Amino acid sequence: MAVKVRVPGPLRRLTAGESIVEVDGASVGEVLNNLEQKYPGFRERIYDQEGKLRQFVNIYKNDEDIRFGSGLETAVAAGDDLSIVPAVAGG
Amino acid sequence: MGRVKSLICRECQSEFEPQATHVCDLCFGPLEVKYDYGELARTVTRESIEAGPNSLWRYRGLLPVEGDGELVTLGEGMTPLVHAQRLGAELGLSNLYIKNETVNPTNSFKDRVVSVAVNWARANGFDTMACASTGNLANSVAAYSARAGMRCFVFIPADLEASKVLTTSVFAPNLVAVEGNYDEVNRLCSELADSYHWAFANINVRPFYAEGSKTLTYETAEQLGWRLPDEIVIPIASGCQFVKHNKAIQELLELELVEPGKYPKLTGAQALGCSPVATAFKDGEPVRPVKPNTIAKSLAIGNPSDGKYVIDIANGTGGVVESVTEEEIVESIELLAGTEGIFAETAGGVTIGVLRKLARAGRWKGDETVVAYVTGHGFKTIEVIPNLERHRRTIRPSVRAFEEAFPELATG
Repeated sequence: MAVKVRVPGPLRRLTAGESIVEVDGASVGEVLNNLEQKYPGFRERIYDQEGKLRQFVNIYKNDEDIRFGSGLETAVAAGDDLSIVPAVAGG
Repeated sequence: MGRVKSLICRECQSEFEPQATHVCDLCFGPLEVKYDYGELARTVTRESIEAGPNSLWRYRGLLPVEGDGELVTLGEGMTPLVHAQRLGAELGLSNLYIKNETVNPTNSFKDRVVSVAVNWARANGFDTMACASTGNLANSVAAYSARAGMRCFVFIPADLEASKVLTTSVFAPNLVAVEGNYDEVNRLCSELADSYHWAFANINVRPFYAEGSKTLTYETAEQLGWRLPDEIVIPIASGCQFVKHNKAIQELLELELVEPGKYPKLTGAQALGCSPVATAFKDGEPVRPVKPNTIAKSLAIGNPSDGKYVIDIANGTGGVVESVTEEEIVESIELLAGTEGIFAETAGGVTIGVLRKLARAGRWKGDETVVAYVTGHGFKTIEVIPNLERHRRTIRPSVRAFEEAFPELATG
């Protein structure tokens, strides 16, 4: 069950420049674990030392911030898009 | 080497070459401009500032726009610091000041950050400015791009107030109305910023852009006679400017531009309908994003990037983060207008509302120097004022009709 993960510019050197990569998993957490297996380096950048998502990392499943769903437990299915987006300032 | 040493990560302290990026390569944390404070101390004094132009560029030596080349400017900054005696009397504060940011060139404090962003972008080879905006930033980026002769793309939520759309359109940017809320517009722009080599004011050039906010606090100190106030009340959207006011205070003290003394308390103001930071402050929990529902659209950021830092600074300085209802926002706009002659937009209503709420709750003895930052003009959000004509009385053109309309004036 591959989902498409959109990689933000600052992290693309982990994916050899690819902006979209396909990764398996049934939940957001699983996809991120598999992403780490495939492209080491993601985990330390998006999780804090306690193993929680860093506060300034936003992850969207399709159009919805996963914090409005079940966080890392949020289920994903083939064809879903996940976006990793760093927090930005207001305007 | 100039005065900008590097971009430093607020989280892991890694340092990077100054460039158009806002995220740490190693930990994803936000990047800050780091200066060579030895160089700043050698070059910036009260006298050098006072001899500068009557705009925020008198603080150029404390900003990341290096060199002495010609600037793109509309005369932003050096807005009045008004001793608010009538509002102060209502609230029991004898040393209340309003920093009136409504008189900036596009009528909000955003002109401070945008003028720094545009000048930095131009000096660093960009030909296109862009931004995601709740309105005020759109006005400002469009105006300064026109002034600089740069191409401009402005992304706004499609339901933005008509007045803010018009006051952006007039500068002829490429105006993109996105069917989504501000957080969604921001996300789109973050993704676009990876593909297009444009200067997105609040995204990839954010570290430089955000530095412009510091000038509000520099000015406040200078206008108080190189003295820091006891407390500052600041509206919070992403929390970006709140953090920069703290940095400005640290720099003023470090460079000995102000007398050492008590550190000001920094207090934040949010609308109850979008109060993720105020809620987290009260509960002592991490900031959780919310879906905004408030008339204070310029503060309607449900996912505030700097929320965590705002809470740390409020706690560290003895400030608080408080919120007010929609009704209190409107009442406070009218209170400020009726007592001080300053017409603020909804964000100003939030700030004055929180000031009033705290004053009524007995936060101050009465003689503290309290400054409220009123960051945008009321013309931007006239829709929220109920029954705009209720002070009007229509009469026939005769003295009798006038006296009938105002029986209270009759002398008998």
